[in-house]
Amino acid sequence: MTTYGRGLRGLSLAAAATITAALALTFFYAPLDANQGFIQKIFYIHVPLAITALCGFVFGGVLGAMYLRTGDRKWDIRSYVAIHMALIFGIGTLLTGTIWAKASWGHWWVWSDPTLTSFLIVMLLFATYQPLRFSIEDPERQSRYASVFAVVAGAFVPLNFIAVRAAQAYVHPRVLTLTGGNLPGSMRLTFLVALVGVALLYVTLWKYEMAAKSTRMQVRALRRALLGEDSVAPLKRSAAPS
Amino acid sequence: MSLLAVAPALPLHTAGKYVAGAYIVFLALVLIYVGIMATRLSRTERELIELRRDVEAQRSARDPDREREPVA
Repeated sequence: MTTYGRGLRGLSLAAAATITAALALTFFYAPLDANQGFIQKIFYIHVPLAITALCGFVFGGVLGAMYLRTGDRKWDIRSYVAIHMALIFGIGTLLTGTIWAKASWGHWWVWSDPTLTSFLIVMLLFATYQPLRFSIEDPERQSRYASVFAVVAGAFVPLNFIAVRAAQAYVHPRVLTLTGGNLPGSMRLTFLVALVGVALLYVTLWKYEMAAKSTRMQVRALRRALLGEDSVAPLKRSAAPS
Repeated sequence: MSLLAVAPALPLHTAGKYVAGAYIVFLALVLIYVGIMATRLSRTERELIELRRDVEAQRSARDPDREREPVA
């Protein structure tokens, strides 16, 4: 019996309401940035997307570790969906980031900026996750190798983040710091609401995808149980756990 | 309304197109994802209907005199 659909409606409504509130605060409440002007509004979507994507990669690593510990394939599926969702959020981060870079710096991409380049490295690293899975035919081995990858790559994310923060030469704006950041109250409130909204969207989509996968698996299992093994077509080779 | 009145005018002629572009990208990603999920959901629904039909057929083949009952 699937449990992933439980609370999905409430979560979806909460995500939609928070994102709507964040958009309203962004355009009607947060003041224009003295330095960047209207362009700074992109940060209210770009930074939450980046934080959520990076946390999603780490989350995938934690779930991968749970698979390695228990051997239960549900953890592998959860890890797969967490990384899959984080990749989508990461693509959003890259696209919104390049739009901001073009508007602010006049270039779509600046290779000398460590934050940009390191995020791209993380994305490229996780972009190999799906081909890695696809290259392994045996489902058990696929889950085990993918989980090891998720743990190692997930551990790389905070290390990479710390290394970039420690670097002195940067041009990327620092929105949040340990000493309180560079945001005044109204901007900070808007940013936090946007962050909560994007995080809720991530959790909602993760649960949505898990519910869909779980339902498909149950339909297959029911068909097999009721109509026999021959009634189910063999699964095609896939990167997704089945 | 008062909130709208004090809101700054959106400078759509300059930076506005970039800001609009960024938010459209975000919206498009979510919509594409939801669209893909809707396609998958309809596939699962089709499989479920097929399964229901197969089970009904199997039941009636096994016990032709039995009164037909919906599977679900």
